[in-house]
Amino acid sequence: MTELPLIGGAPVAVEPHLAGAKIGVVTFPGTLDDRDAARAVRLAGGTAVALWHADTHLADVDAVVIPGGFSYGDYLRAGAISRFAPLMSRIIDAANSDAKLPVLGICNGFQILTESHLLPGSMIKNDHLKFLCRDQVLRVENNNTLWTSDYEAGQEITVPLKNQDGQYIADDKTLDALEAEGRVVFRYVGWNPNGSRRDIAGISNAAGNVVGLMPHPEHAVEPGFGPESNAGTDGLGFFTSVLNKIVGGAQ
Amino acid sequence: MPRIVVDVMPKPEILDPQGKAIVGALPRLGFTSFSAVRQGKRFELTVDGEVTDAILAQAREAAETLLSNPVIEDVVNVEVVEA
Repeated sequence: MTELPLIGGAPVAVEPHLAGAKIGVVTFPGTLDDRDAARAVRLAGGTAVALWHADTHLADVDAVVIPGGFSYGDYLRAGAISRFAPLMSRIIDAANSDAKLPVLGICNGFQILTESHLLPGSMIKNDHLKFLCRDQVLRVENNNTLWTSDYEAGQEITVPLKNQDGQYIADDKTLDALEAEGRVVFRYVGWNPNGSRRDIAGISNAAGNVVGLMPHPEHAVEPGFGPESNAGTDGLGFFTSVLNKIVGGAQ
Repeated sequence: MPRIVVDVMPKPEILDPQGKAIVGALPRLGFTSFSAVRQGKRFELTVDGEVTDAILAQAREAAETLLSNPVIEDVVNVEVVEA
C-alpha cells in the first residue's frame, strides 16, 4: 500500500511527525473500502499497512481499521463469517489487552466488531429495506475516544453513508448502559436513515479504543471528492485523532 | 445420510423488516388471511454416518455460536432427519 495518491489536489495537511505511526487495514474476501481506508490513513499523515484476514500476526501495527464492504458476501449474517478469521482473533485479543489496540470498524467493519462481541448490539436490514447511499450528517456525541479526539464535542460532520443492513439494534438495557457511559459516539442528525435505535450511528467499547460506525469517514478525506459541505473532508479527523494519540503516547 | 436441521428465527421483540415486506405483498396476490409474517433460516448439516449425542451437541453449539447471533436471533429447533 505504498502507491501515491494521484487523483485530487495536494494532500490536505500532512504532518511529517505522524508518518512513523502504522495503521493496519484489514482485507477480507469481499472487502471493498480497504484502499480508501489506506488512502485516508496516508492523507492524514500516517503509514498504512495492508493486513490479510488469514494472517496470524498483526505486523506490529499501532492501530487497525476494519473497512467496509461485503465480506463473504454478507452470507449467513453481515460479518458473521469474517469474525472467525485468524486475524480477528489477534485483533480481539489486542483490543482487550492492557495495550488497548485502537480499532475502528466502518460499516461492514462495524458489523464484524459486533459479531466479535468487541461492541454490543447488532445490525439488521434497514427498516425501509432499501440500499441507501447519501451524504449523512452526524453529531459527535463523544470526543474522548481514541478515534474522535480531534473533533469538538457536539460537532456536526458530514460523511457518506451506504449500506443495506444498517439498522443498529440492542435491547433497552444495553442501550441505557451505552447512553449512561457515554458510549454513543455518533448520532444521525436530521433524519434516521435506517431505523437505528435512538438514532445511533456509532458506538465505542468501555475503554474507548474500539469504535464502530455505519457511515464512511474514509470517503470524506480529500477536497473535491467527498460531500460538498465543509470541503468534504470531515472524515479526516478519525485518522488524525488516532495518529496524534499514537505519536503523542510514544513521546 | 442423516442430516441435522437447525431452524433460526429473529427474536420475537425484533421487528423483522423482511417479514414485514412479505406480509405487505401477500394481499396483492389475493392472500388476505395472513396478518403477520416472520422470516427465519433453515440449515441442514449433513453427517457422514450415525448422529451420536456428541455430534448433536456439536450441532447445538454451532447453532448458538455461528449459525445464529443471540443478540437478534433464537435457535428454535435442532433435530435429526434421516434421509
